Amino acid sequence: MRNILSIAKREIQAYFTSPIAYVVIAVFLLLTGFFFYSLVWWFNSQAMQMAQNPYYFQQININQMVFTPLFHNISIILLLMLPLLTMRLFAEEKKIGTEELLFTSPISVNQIIFGKYLASLAVLAVMLLLSGLLSIFTFAYGNPQIAPLLNGYLGLFLMGAAFIAVGLFFSSLTENQIVAAILTFGALLLFWVMGWAANAAGGIWQDVLNYLSFFQHFDDMTRGILDTSDVVYYLSFAFFGLFLTHAVIQSRRWR
Amino acid sequence: MIEVQDLVKKYGDFPAVKKLSFEVPQGKIWGLLGPNAAGKTTTMRILTGFLPATDGVARVAGIDVFERPDAAKRILGYLPENVPLYPEMTVASYLGFVAAIKQIPKAKKKEAVVRAVRSAGLETVRGRLIKNISRGFKQRVGIAQALIHDPQILILDEPTIGLDPAQIIEIRELIRSLRGERTIILSTHLLAEVTQVCDGVTIINEGRLMASGTLDELTASARSTDGVVLKLRKSGPESAAALRAIPGVDTAAIRDSEIEVAWSRGRDLREAVARTVVEKDLGLLEMKSLGMNIEDLYLKIVSGGLES
Repeated sequence: MRNILSIAKREIQAYFTSPIAYVVIAVFLLLTGFFFYSLVWWFNSQAMQMAQNPYYFQQININQMVFTPLFHNISIILLLMLPLLTMRLFAEEKKIGTEELLFTSPISVNQIIFGKYLASLAVLAVMLLLSGLLSIFTFAYGNPQIAPLLNGYLGLFLMGAAFIAVGLFFSSLTENQIVAAILTFGALLLFWVMGWAANAAGGIWQDVLNYLSFFQHFDDMTRGILDTSDVVYYLSFAFFGLFLTHAVIQSRRWR
Repeated sequence: MIEVQDLVKKYGDFPAVKKLSFEVPQGKIWGLLGPNAAGKTTTMRILTGFLPATDGVARVAGIDVFERPDAAKRILGYLPENVPLYPEMTVASYLGFVAAIKQIPKAKKKEAVVRAVRSAGLETVRGRLIKNISRGFKQRVGIAQALIHDPQILILDEPTIGLDPAQIIEIRELIRSLRGERTIILSTHLLAEVTQVCDGVTIINEGRLMASGTLDELTASARSTDGVVLKLRKSGPESAAALRAIPGVDTAAIRDSEIEVAWSRGRDLREAVARTVVEKDLGLLEMKSLGMNIEDLYLKIVSGGLES
């Protein structure tokens, strides 16, 4: 555990001594803030109209009208930003030659992978926590339910964790950070839109593709439904990414 | 201390190391000498556990590096050819990180960093970012990194490459100062480095062992002939013919203004040569023995003229 933390600590330091983490976090918050603002503004105008009709007024729900679409927006921003956070993890070590230091030290490949993974998860957690501060406004001026809100953030975190594992894997394939970022982005987008292909495909493939799609599992979580199968999906996705990373690193050294 | 037996490494079909065997005794500074692409870096990467070998055995202090890589890594310090530095870190925080992943207990980490800084001469740059220090200092940080867990064995891959002459001398002195209980193996393609720093050398070329031993052993064994080099006033073909006529002399060849007289090892014809020179009145100006130095040996080896 100490080894994992040593790797993670250095990785977090590297994020925050270079501009990467600041830029990623700042742009993420800017975009999230913009979406939040426009959603709240839209919610306000809707609420004004609905206030004239008591029946509709009963239906109005800040969780569904602000946070559900906000979570969808944030998930897209993460899809765009997280590859930039993960691209350097292994690619840079290879480029500057520090992988020789890591792999000739008495620590295991798994410890190195987990250390790096943990560091990226920490940055993701910071991003989500800071964006979560926005919800304070809705608590101050409205009465959202807290459980669906937390559930949505849990969904974002789990999905981000799966994204990061994919990014880690692609970073282990190349020493070029841009290549790693593009491959990660391409793979994530593919899994995102897999649900569309599911509609065209029939039979068993429809179920398979639907199951594999990020979107399908995330949708429920934004509505406040916590289904263990979704949690299992993201965790197994992350595990698979880390497993492949391990396989790539081991096979490179044996070639 | 370091034993390599029948080591083979293939990259795909390309054999980088072919059945290499050598030993390095404890407490010595040993050179791994060879031209570029001889397999030096590959051999070192195998010894440090960075690369697995295709076949063969490598042991450090009796520990098989394939069977117990973790135990071997604990007693090995390694400076790769590309010094593994994080440019955004300060020298001290970098060394602290290396100390942690080399399993130095937290309580002793500070002490280890201080000791490594002192033995590598880094006191003046401790707090500076690695990207801002000179190439020579970077090399020193690399050596400090390899030393931090006080390893019994130090493996240095081309430790002076890319440095200016003054820095090269400094690094060589630093390496000499690290001798002691420690066994040091350093790779180089420069013979001068071996003769100035090392006690012994293993010469490899194209992945094969060419020669291995202490410097004295090698120069002695490399000579297959004995002879003298003469500088004569009359250094024409007649003089050479006269010398060749001495019983036992194999060759007498004119090289520039000198004549090289050689005979097979085990006899001593120096007296006979001297007598002939005086009797024929060839005008002796200078006479020196034809010793094969290690440089000739190395050149011969890398040009493919000598098998081990």
